[in-house]
Amino acid sequence: MKPFNGKLKRNANLFIPFIMAGDPSPSFTVDFACMLEKEGADILELGVPYSDPLADGPTIQRSADRALKQGMTLKKAMDLVPQMRNQGLTIPVVLFTYFNPVHQYGEENLIRTLREKDIDGLLIPDLPFEESTEIKEHCLKNNIELISLVSPNSAKRAQRIAREASGFLYAVSDLGVTGERKSLVSGIAGFIRELKQYSDVPVAVGFGISTHDQIQMVQQYADGVIIGSRIIRMVEEYMNSSEILEEHKKQALAEEIRKLWQGEV
Amino acid sequence: MKYPDSFGRFGIFGGKYVPETLMMPLQELEEAMESAMKDKSFNQEYRNMLSEYSGRETPLTFAENLTSRLEGAKIYLKREDLNHTGAHKINNAIGQALLAKRMGKQHLIAETGAGQHGVAAATVAAKFHMSCKVFMGVEDIRRQELNVFRMKLLGAEVIPVESGNGTLKDATNEAIRYWVSHCDDHFYLIGSVVGPHPYPLMVRNFQEVIGAETKNQILAREDRLPDRIYACVGGGSNAIGMFYPFLDEPSVELIGAEAAGLGLSTNRHAATLSKGTKGVIHGSYTYLIQDEDGQIVEPYSISAGLDYPGIGPEHAFLFDSGRVRYEAVTDQEAIEALKLLSETEGIIPAIESAHAVALATKEARALSVDDVIVINLSGRGDKDMHTIMSVLEGEKKI
Repeated sequence: MKPFNGKLKRNANLFIPFIMAGDPSPSFTVDFACMLEKEGADILELGVPYSDPLADGPTIQRSADRALKQGMTLKKAMDLVPQMRNQGLTIPVVLFTYFNPVHQYGEENLIRTLREKDIDGLLIPDLPFEESTEIKEHCLKNNIELISLVSPNSAKRAQRIAREASGFLYAVSDLGVTGERKSLVSGIAGFIRELKQYSDVPVAVGFGISTHDQIQMVQQYADGVIIGSRIIRMVEEYMNSSEILEEHKKQALAEEIRKLWQGEV
Repeated sequence: MKYPDSFGRFGIFGGKYVPETLMMPLQELEEAMESAMKDKSFNQEYRNMLSEYSGRETPLTFAENLTSRLEGAKIYLKREDLNHTGAHKINNAIGQALLAKRMGKQHLIAETGAGQHGVAAATVAAKFHMSCKVFMGVEDIRRQELNVFRMKLLGAEVIPVESGNGTLKDATNEAIRYWVSHCDDHFYLIGSVVGPHPYPLMVRNFQEVIGAETKNQILAREDRLPDRIYACVGGGSNAIGMFYPFLDEPSVELIGAEAAGLGLSTNRHAATLSKGTKGVIHGSYTYLIQDEDGQIVEPYSISAGLDYPGIGPEHAFLFDSGRVRYEAVTDQEAIEALKLLSETEGIIPAIESAHAVALATKEARALSVDDVIVINLSGRGDKDMHTIMSVLEGEKKI
């Protein structure tokens, strides 16, 4: 079986945006996913809002709060994907959710639902390698890529995580929580090169990447970038836009994505 | 079988449900703790601090007036309220600060709800010349003005947490987030037997002095073990500290009092075991108060120290195994018990501890005069004067 059920079209220069289901509304999320594919996204990371997002900084916390307030849940988030597919989304979708909602839904049940809803991967930021044995089995059986995170302080664990990585390997650029950073940590290139020696899947870098220059820098050694907080802030700019016509607001949003991914256009 | 196992499991509970960035710091902490616990000089220093700085051992007081008022079992009080800073929290703060020192970490991080653990952390930071950042929800800062001032006076920095509802759960999230970013030179001093492994084990290690002393004291006084022991449970550190040395004594019944708030039939309670379901909170698999979608629900109790939506994983285990019985006590019952103990014994307990007093006094009436019970009086009520005043003077309806 090809990774991501054959939906991943290349293995380098991957653009992996993170969006929050239901922020600011479910229908926006569906449109936004399709817009991101049009602007070059290779994999969509679809976030499920959670009351206690331990790994997230203030921007994604705000986004989760907005989504929760208007009633988004794990189940409703998964239901959005078939709607995205109906509107033409073809890239792989990875569901990003904390463990507790998964546990309440039921691990096995969740993986089955992912399959039914044409969702290709799963990322649980608070489920380290050692706690993931059971869920990994269900994922294998159902061709779901369970995405692993590895961080600069993973030390000895990094090799094992990289070797067993599925889909793509999510390399955390820096200690700390998600959020934009003015500059990326030096020494990250060496860390990524080391991971690439062990990993059979693309190595993508996330946490703190928010400008086109940073993307270009990371692309020199990594196979992809994950961009979360910057994308969420674009959604906030969209929400606060003084434009009256929805069409104009969406155009401005698409332009922002283009600027980020392709540089000045 | 000794619990927890090498992965921090108490049966199915506990473990490490944390972001990858915390796995190494937790590993480092576990190794440091194991080596410290085996080190005679570390243990000697810890015991010295407990006796010379905190005033241990704390007395076991026979509550003669309360006993004759209730005409039931003989009641003893383990006086953790007489510790320096007014509660059992200091036992653990001293232990962890010594460990931080041993690990060469000069900066402490702590979370606090009511402020008792924050004060204990600020106190040991002052004593050991360390910096201390205390994360506290904005709502709790408003409710606990006096403790905020105490922490600042001790030289700690109180960091207001606005996320979520601005209470203990959110303060804990923020403390963990800060620790993730600064784990190379910061030590996270958790205040209860909660969080990822090794915290529940480590905090138990530093609190079991309560039960160990009690065992010796009751044997000296009564020449036998007590029939029942009561302790209040929020995260559950005073209860574990008291219960642990008695777990292998089947004749001793152990009872935890959790907070029923306005009542178990309302949704305003913090009764994690009576009303909660299994899941993950703050890195640990345990019981918690959550909705059907797995979102954590804000609890309620008049007592800020019990106002926590989770519970230590070892309590979850002891609950499921039936070794400890847990009952819920309402705000109203706790306040009545607080008045009763104040009037009969001249001891004003913390509202947290009053939950244990309420349950124990209710059950003591039904016991025989030959029965002996112990209540862990985990803290004193000074910090709660404002809350108690507003309740008793009718400003605040409970």
